[in-house]
Amino acid sequence: MFREDTIAAIATGLTDSGIGIVRISGRDAVAVGNCIFRSPSGKASLCCAESHVLSYGFAVDVSGSVMDEVMAVVMKAPRSFTGEDTVEIQCHGGVLVMKKILDAALQSGARLAEPGEFTKRAFLNGRIDLSRAEAVMDLIHSKNEYALSSSVGQLRGSLYREIRQLREEILYEMAYLESALDDPEHISLDGYEEGFSRKLSRLTGRIEKLLSTSQNGKWVQDGIHTVILGKPNVGKSSILNLLLGEDRAIVTEIAGTTRDVLQERLILGGMELVITDTAGIRDTEDKIEKIGVEKSRKYAQDADLILYVIDSSAALDESDREIFSLLVGKKVIVLLNKSDLPGLVSEQEVSSLFEEVFSEGERPRILRTSAAEGVGLEELEQALKEIFFQGLFQSKEELVITNLRHSEALKEALSSLQLVKKTMEDGMPADFYSIDLMDAYTSLGRIIGEEVDDDLIEEIFSRFCMGK
Amino acid sequence: MNETVDICVIGAGHAGCEAALACARLGLETVVFTVSVDSIALMPCNPNIGGSSKGHLVREVDALGGEMGKNIDKTFIQSKMLNVSKGPAVHSLRAQADKADYSREMRKVLESQDHLTIKQAEVCELLWEELPEDGKKRVIGLKTFTGTSYFCKAVVLCTGTYLRARCLCGESITYTGPNGLQAANHLTASLEKLGIELRRFKTGTPARMDGRSIDYTKMEEQFGDKRVIPFSFSTDPESVQKDQVSCWLTYTNENTHDIIRANLDRSPIYAGIIEGTGPRYCPSIEDKVVKFPEKERHQVFIEPEGIHTNEMYVGGMSSSMPEDVQIAMYRTVPGLENCKIVKNAYAIEYDCINAGQLYATLEFKNIKGLFSGGQFNGSSGYEEAAGQGLVAGINAAMSVLKRDPLILDRSESYIGVLIDDLVTKDNREPYRMMTSRAEYRLLLRQDNADLRLRKKGYETGLVNEEQYQALLEKERLIQEEVSRLKNTFLGANKKVQDFLSSLGSCPLKTAASLADLICRPELSYSSLSEIDEGRKPLPASVIEQVEIEIKYAGYIARQKRQVEQYKKMEKKKIPAGLDYDMVPSLRIEARQKLKQFKPLSIGQASRISGVSPADISVLLVYLEHDGHIHRMEKSFEEL
Repeated sequence: MFREDTIAAIATGLTDSGIGIVRISGRDAVAVGNCIFRSPSGKASLCCAESHVLSYGFAVDVSGSVMDEVMAVVMKAPRSFTGEDTVEIQCHGGVLVMKKILDAALQSGARLAEPGEFTKRAFLNGRIDLSRAEAVMDLIHSKNEYALSSSVGQLRGSLYREIRQLREEILYEMAYLESALDDPEHISLDGYEEGFSRKLSRLTGRIEKLLSTSQNGKWVQDGIHTVILGKPNVGKSSILNLLLGEDRAIVTEIAGTTRDVLQERLILGGMELVITDTAGIRDTEDKIEKIGVEKSRKYAQDADLILYVIDSSAALDESDREIFSLLVGKKVIVLLNKSDLPGLVSEQEVSSLFEEVFSEGERPRILRTSAAEGVGLEELEQALKEIFFQGLFQSKEELVITNLRHSEALKEALSSLQLVKKTMEDGMPADFYSIDLMDAYTSLGRIIGEEVDDDLIEEIFSRFCMGK
Repeated sequence: MNETVDICVIGAGHAGCEAALACARLGLETVVFTVSVDSIALMPCNPNIGGSSKGHLVREVDALGGEMGKNIDKTFIQSKMLNVSKGPAVHSLRAQADKADYSREMRKVLESQDHLTIKQAEVCELLWEELPEDGKKRVIGLKTFTGTSYFCKAVVLCTGTYLRARCLCGESITYTGPNGLQAANHLTASLEKLGIELRRFKTGTPARMDGRSIDYTKMEEQFGDKRVIPFSFSTDPESVQKDQVSCWLTYTNENTHDIIRANLDRSPIYAGIIEGTGPRYCPSIEDKVVKFPEKERHQVFIEPEGIHTNEMYVGGMSSSMPEDVQIAMYRTVPGLENCKIVKNAYAIEYDCINAGQLYATLEFKNIKGLFSGGQFNGSSGYEEAAGQGLVAGINAAMSVLKRDPLILDRSESYIGVLIDDLVTKDNREPYRMMTSRAEYRLLLRQDNADLRLRKKGYETGLVNEEQYQALLEKERLIQEEVSRLKNTFLGANKKVQDFLSSLGSCPLKTAASLADLICRPELSYSSLSEIDEGRKPLPASVIEQVEIEIKYAGYIARQKRQVEQYKKMEKKKIPAGLDYDMVPSLRIEARQKLKQFKPLSIGQASRISGVSPADISVLLVYLEHDGHIHRMEKSFEEL
């Protein structure tokens, strides 16, 4: 084994739940497990327990007092997740109980596992392939439930299956072409091109579909970069506070209070938003405020989403027009704030303004909110989901590419297949197809570890070793 | 009686001839043993050299300084470039040989070679010693059946299909080598004693007909090319323009297939009499009928065995059916209704090895000084044999001369692919070269074998100064012409536009180089001669390279990138003597295979059947991070 010292950790989530698992893995796992486990008779030892069979008993601390009623299972190397001797103690899922059992394990000779260390051992011991190891690493780093479910999906192999299928289809075509080259008497290419061309289109379509999720994947993994824009004192910071549920940004009645840029991360509708609150945009003479306004513009340019806050109790003016210019080509949600006050600006008015600038499908959604009364949060959540995850995540099995390396490899595969198309269109002989087909096949293989990619090994190894 | 020489080559077939010539030409005293001097360079099966992917092998043998290409250029009776409608990677030269001439001419070459002795004798035993330092063995000579011991520094085994050979024709079995020649029955026991693991393969050959009994009017005539291209880069192209004979194409039909199906139980293969594994890619007609039941007909090529004989070879219908079934099935084929069989079709079984026991130098991993090539290594075909024989011979010589071995890799030659496949894959049937086996085939064309390998042949010492200078001159001409075409620009003037439209090509929008125009699918180097005023006359072989280099530049560049990727893995060397038991978590099968094959690099390890990408990752992690991990463990202990 690579690392024989014995590690332990709580394998289930750190929340109160029905059942919790404390996992111990390594050379002395059975001995450590045995220290903290006692059979009802007090005679049976985990040391002689059969592998992969549950034993009923009690978890005991170093002084021998019972902490919980548990089931223990010994999994002998190499038939365990890590490939090492492993003991799992299944206890009642209270956080306190689990922590006590873990403490007992640590006192009995185990070391607290680093995040991802079980996976790292599984990988180093050849129990999981690179793509699965990578997904586990993504899982450890992911911060929200979609990232979690897509990483889990990869782990379960939905990405694996789709890539594998794509590869099999490419391989079939390569094999056919090659056998036709080798045995033209029995395997003919007459009329092959037409079907092959359709097949290519289907393959590129599927890869494009995967790739189209990769932007979503970036959002899933890194969060949606969101900028709140609006004139001064329309309630931008109040909206932020509403989202955050706490008074973070200074909110006063004086226009221009938010002079710098505040950044917050929050989870809304299961998605992570990285929100930048900006200074209000208006013509100003104040130097410091001017800098803030410039910054706002820049943030708006780079944002994935703009929340444009309008004070519905005050008429639109020139400054609003200026803001409009920042919205073009962006995903925008307009928040007609202060809906608790008598309205001067209507949805119709705003949307008619957008008609000139936005094409039909891309027009911003307009929502009524009242930061003061906490109204509009649910609608905003709904709108976010619709904008960013249209059709995605309807089932958790849905594939999302969340990993940059995966999307790069997919892009390479796509461009290789497009080169094959071009080869056909140029009327090149069929034996030329295989060069780019092979590239596509290899690129896809790198995603799922069926092509050895030593760069990835470096990468994963460095991530593991940094103990992230 | 004792004799002492440098190198002994056992067998004088296509592998043995190349091996013996290579050793002798490198100045080493060499003896080549054959059971019959009349069987030197015998072609016991098809009467041709080359063909799809095999033509590549012949040209590579020639580029490295081998003899096969020159010999077929002297003795061909028809020649054809195959697959010309396809891309340049799959163009392949095939020549019909006059078998007797081929054999006679090769014998002449051997007989006139300095340092080379031909000896008609059956080798029955290898002589060897144990090496105390590493438990390996070293071969020190051999013994003939008639009792003479030959002491030498290296032995090359090229026993072809002769070891414990038996021929099957239906129920009748004869214990002979091909064509009724004497089998070599004694050597196997000695090889086994040496620890060599043997296996049994089979191959087959069709009947030979009396040409007078064939009705050619019912067949399609197949002509040779008008302009013949020689195999050898040293042959003057003008010297091979001569009258050619024709081959003939006919087909089997449902009657043929019915007869075969009705008699399958009498076929030794299907009746289970044959133990050896046959080649899937060179199937008997029985196999084809069974494998492609939906096919209504299969091609049959009638090819002359030579000019001075009326024997005709029935290509595509090899068989091991009994004589009566053979005659019945052949007579269903149009044109063969009244055929008379001169020699029956038969299958032959023989001892060979799993070439996993060899390094890519073709030396046995556990027996120093013992090399092997050809069908003995589990391949099939004359050209495959010649390629291996040449490499085995060169490396036997290199080991005696204490020089670096010649190892060809997959990205530079078909021979490299052939040997790599043989020594890393578990081949369960006779290995036949095929285009599809060469993953970098756009770079491994038959037309550029000299550019790829001539220099290696020169460094080895089998290519002479004059031939090498000719290569350098060719390279210079290609380079100059490519650069001229890239740097000669044509304006969008009327003459050019008219010219382009006359060829159905789009007019120019801005100035374009001649190279840009050659890239257009509808244009070529030759079609541009009218508007290429600075063009000088160049040899056809130079023009061919220039055109390919320009026209397929994008594909060539992409294939070269693939090669770089491949080389990256080849360069990751596995330390000799790595203890695979120390590498954690290799799967058991992978561990066994790695121990058995002892790969030299990660790349080679990845091609061993039974070693998965996951195993390779484990191995890479182990090799690259072993030290790192130990350091980490240390730091944990310190904590």
